[in-house]
Amino acid sequence: MTELRGWREIPIGGMILEAGNSVEYKTGGWRAFRPVFGEAKCIHCMQCWLFCPDSSILVDPENEKMVGFDLEYCKGCGICASICPVNAKVIRKAGEELARDDPRLCIRMIEEGKFQE
Amino acid sequence: MSKFEALTGNAAVATAMRQINPDVVAAYPITPQTSTVQTFADFVADGLVDTEFVCVESEHSAMSACVGASAAGARVMTATAANGLALMWEILYIAASNRCPIVMSLVNRALSAPINIHCDHSDVMGIRDSGWLILFSENGQEAYDNLIQAVRIAEHPDVLLPVAICQDGFITSHALERVEIYDDADVRAFVGEYKPQWPLLDLEHPKTYGPLDFYDYYYEHKRQQVEAMEHAQRVILEVAEEFNRKFNRNYGLFEPYRLEDAEVAVIVANSTAGTARVVVDRLRDEGLKVGLLKPRVFRPFPAEELADALSHLKAVAVMDRSISFGAMDNAGPLFLELAAALALHGVQVPMADYVYGLGGRDILPHEIERVYRDALRVAETGRVERRVTYLSVRE
Repeated sequence: MTELRGWREIPIGGMILEAGNSVEYKTGGWRAFRPVFGEAKCIHCMQCWLFCPDSSILVDPENEKMVGFDLEYCKGCGICASICPVNAKVIRKAGEELARDDPRLCIRMIEEGKFQE
Repeated sequence: MSKFEALTGNAAVATAMRQINPDVVAAYPITPQTSTVQTFADFVADGLVDTEFVCVESEHSAMSACVGASAAGARVMTATAANGLALMWEILYIAASNRCPIVMSLVNRALSAPINIHCDHSDVMGIRDSGWLILFSENGQEAYDNLIQAVRIAEHPDVLLPVAICQDGFITSHALERVEIYDDADVRAFVGEYKPQWPLLDLEHPKTYGPLDFYDYYYEHKRQQVEAMEHAQRVILEVAEEFNRKFNRNYGLFEPYRLEDAEVAVIVANSTAGTARVVVDRLRDEGLKVGLLKPRVFRPFPAEELADALSHLKAVAVMDRSISFGAMDNAGPLFLELAAALALHGVQVPMADYVYGLGGRDILPHEIERVYRDALRVAETGRVERRVTYLSVRE
């Protein structure tokens, strides 16, 4: 937690005078669902990287492969899981509802309270 | 060299705007303000100003455009009245909270319903907690002078708040009066060049206006607005002093008239103060010790100074051109605030409120004389028989 400053010490009117400081705002605490990465299934299409609104898809710069999630910023919105083409190709029975944490998924969404390492 | 012209209050305001030459004006026409922006639009079309005139589809958009332009770093002005001001309401708070030094000519008119286009002060009283500075003007001359000073007050680094300059709809906005118009160069020198501290258009230093501000910092930003309001009174006086010296005027927080040795006084703002002055002279001729105090600065409210100026009186009558419905005794806002100011500053004087002139109802000298005679009776008996009177309403 950053130390809160007094009214004399901050810019007036709520102005933010430095650009690019959203990196200081850790939004991971907002998360109710945690994305979990099924590395073996990933085809590294980078759709999740493209769509993530919080730049929270971690990519290895050496081989340009998706390696996981930046949980300091990930709000658990699940856009990555819903855009994932591997998730879309999971074969299920007629009428079967796929749970968000089904182990067959490439990106699973697990309730934070139920998550176990 | 200054010159005297026969101008309506609105034309005087438009002339001030021409001389100030703001970067941006965003406005929507509304009676009785329309002729201000209409006249100013002529100045724009004739190339007399460099202003970007933004024609918008509503007052909500007008004030929104003003906020955007001000944040960008422009000197911004606008004008409105009554329901136009009411439609701006949401953005008025945003202008003040974002610390945009916008200057607005506010031509006071009754709020609907029933629909009415004539003068009262219900419009301005609705924004008294919005964070805007509010100044009253008795006539076109004062509206002109106040508007010029407002630019300096709003843009002062210790203030950075928007300013509304009021005058009475039709009564002064549309009446031709003699107005001293100062030399263009003198006015431009007085207002100077606006040097915004945090313009969005400074691309070398990108910044954010109006971000989300939660329970962790919102309160601190409100506290800063209080500080700006506290500085505003000093700045208003400093600017007035410079203005008075340069243009030979006599502006302060309020204007006393034959008040020093008076026993009773009427407090009344805008054009009715002019009528009251005539009544004071007439009653003085009868040997009655009556005076007048005309508020100029309503926000920030100069409570201590008013209490000081009124402390010697035996009775005070406030005249309110609006009602604070449901407030104590259904009185007017000026009375309520002044009563609190006097009480808290230890001035014990019997006070009564006279609501008058709603929806443009004429206020005549004999009615103001009645207020004075009531006050003289209160001074004698020390007893207020009726706290709030709705003057000249038909029973």
